[in-house]
Amino acid sequence: MKNLATKSGFNWLKYASPKTFYPLAGKLIPWCAISAATLIAYGLYIGLLVAPTDFQQGEGYRIIFVHVPAAWFSMFLYLLMALYAGMGLVFNAKLSYLMATAIAPTGAMFTLLALVTGSLWGKPMWGAWWVWDARLTSELILLFLYIGYISLQAAIDDKTRADKASAVLALVGAINVPIIFFSVKWWNTLHQGSSISLTKAPAMAAIMLQGMLIMAIGFWLYSIAVILMRVRCEILERDSKTAMFRQD
Amino acid sequence: MGLLASNRELTADNLVGVRGDRLLFEKLNFKCSNGTVLYLQGANGTGKTTLLRTICGLSKPHAGVIKWCGENINALAEDFHQHVLYIGHLPGIKEDLTALENLQFSLALSGSNVMEDKATAVLKMLGLAHGLNLPTRMLSQGQKRRVALARLWLQDLPLWILDEPFTALDTSATDLLKQKIEAFAHDGGIVVMTTHQEVTLHVPKFEQLRLDA
Amino acid sequence: MHKKLSTFSVLYKILERDIKVAWRRQSDVMAVFFFFIIAASLFPLGSGADPKLLNAMAPSVLWVTALLSCMLSLSRMYASDYADGTLEQMMLSNQPTVLIVLMKILAHWMLSGLPLVFVAPLIGLQFNLSGAQLQILALSLLMGTLALSLIGSIGATLTLGIRGTGVLIAILVLPLYIPVLVFGAGAVNAVSIGVSPNGALSLLGAVLAMALVFAPLASTAALKIALE
Repeated sequence: MKNLATKSGFNWLKYASPKTFYPLAGKLIPWCAISAATLIAYGLYIGLLVAPTDFQQGEGYRIIFVHVPAAWFSMFLYLLMALYAGMGLVFNAKLSYLMATAIAPTGAMFTLLALVTGSLWGKPMWGAWWVWDARLTSELILLFLYIGYISLQAAIDDKTRADKASAVLALVGAINVPIIFFSVKWWNTLHQGSSISLTKAPAMAAIMLQGMLIMAIGFWLYSIAVILMRVRCEILERDSKTAMFRQD
Repeated sequence: MGLLASNRELTADNLVGVRGDRLLFEKLNFKCSNGTVLYLQGANGTGKTTLLRTICGLSKPHAGVIKWCGENINALAEDFHQHVLYIGHLPGIKEDLTALENLQFSLALSGSNVMEDKATAVLKMLGLAHGLNLPTRMLSQGQKRRVALARLWLQDLPLWILDEPFTALDTSATDLLKQKIEAFAHDGGIVVMTTHQEVTLHVPKFEQLRLDA
Repeated sequence: MHKKLSTFSVLYKILERDIKVAWRRQSDVMAVFFFFIIAASLFPLGSGADPKLLNAMAPSVLWVTALLSCMLSLSRMYASDYADGTLEQMMLSNQPTVLIVLMKILAHWMLSGLPLVFVAPLIGLQFNLSGAQLQILALSLLMGTLALSLIGSIGATLTLGIRGTGVLIAILVLPLYIPVLVFGAGAVNAVSIGVSPNGALSLLGAVLAMALVFAPLASTAALKIALE
């Protein structure tokens, strides 16, 4: 009997948890989406209209209200993805894998956004669409890491294997991220000829920090909404294909 | 045959097997003690290979446990592997190496130190006398199979897991293998196997398990 | 009845077998070697043969070409053992899988990375590199190619048995190769600009040490997933 009890406990983790998660996520999504839209709109208002014009960089600097939070999130989401992937491997929890998989496209999107806004910022500042600045280069490599994760996930037909293999890749990537970033920084200082830096942002006024934080919280809520939506879709898709969730 | 003298037991508790998205078997239980041949039956795709791979620890069961002498095989890991002789669908034969080199390598992988003349003698006994020093790519399917099976004559491991061992073998090789399995079981060995051939084995304990039942 | 082999001799047999198999199929090993020579020789044809320019380009050209050459053979690292069932037997060996994986990686390095260490200085001469630069190039490749094999093994094991493996491995592995490239080529560049290459070389050594610890573990995890 004891055996049966532990077995049903085991099943609960494996099958029931996506089941309880599904309606819960459904309730959370609209709230997150609405607050995300409001906060992003307010953040943009502060950034574009309220914050003062920079006396050195003029109006062009305002792109940092998107660029900086996007760059924060591109990195944060990669680490979060690796964390979920690691939890998936350790606890063999389906939901963790689903979360990791769902985070990747959003993370890649923020990375791309950081790159595009970075180069838009670079054009008026440095006269070039792309400068091999350490941060932009790191951001570019981060995009490659996301692409690797997404490609591996897509290339493996067996979902269970795809989840686990890409989880290993995410962890390897997470260990590598600091090393890669350090190497890029080191590379940047070695080749001083090209050491143009975007990091010399104008001294931050309180209002600017406030705008960026509001944007960041908006991005956070947006991420939650989109990621939860993606997890829900994935649960439905896998459920329709398998008998696993229905095996009561 | 010191290894075979002691009592050993392979048990499965409430095993559930899944491949991809498909449920293959569930609530599977069996117990094999010394001298047992467990014969898995079932049509193609019923999970025989998955079960064999699960028993030797290559795949993890979806639920349930397999125990060797009372301990979970996943916890034992290498301590369990040193008791298992698994010959799967794929023979584990490198085409560029000779029969002898292949045999010696697979023996070395499981840690057995077998003299070259003994290995040669077994290969000759299995009818591979003139293939000994040819790259195995020159050999037929059945001959490659024999190279893989030659380990059975050279290692004393108490548990054999054989996936379709009779495939591609001619009658003389089938007889040799049959006799070897019978002798092994009489000595107290445990065999878990699948086969599509009609083979009658005279062993102390013969058990059957149907997977598509 | 039988004596058990020691861990060391089992591992040695694994290394020996990989090298023996490669020796019987020399074309595979030679292909990587020739790819390196041919690809590196293309660059001057594209850029012009100004000795100054070539000297400036050489570290990156030779390093990137070496990196691509090592990558070319990655898909073969475990593929044949996977296809013929040897990998299953390796997992069931009485030796820890992680050590077996390390031997496979070492064999890959000896067959694809190590030859480049010897030929790269010759190609370096075509790029007008000085003696000091050539020395550091060889030394950085000696350490770096081993790191490439280690990191590459992760990509190779993750993609075992998947269609279109070659390109996928490149996408997975190239970003992870960046620190090796940066410090490896950086060491040679340091010599070019008259700075000591020791800093870059010790950083490369640190990356190699990290890879030695983590790559076999990650590869083993990936192998278990692939064979499950």
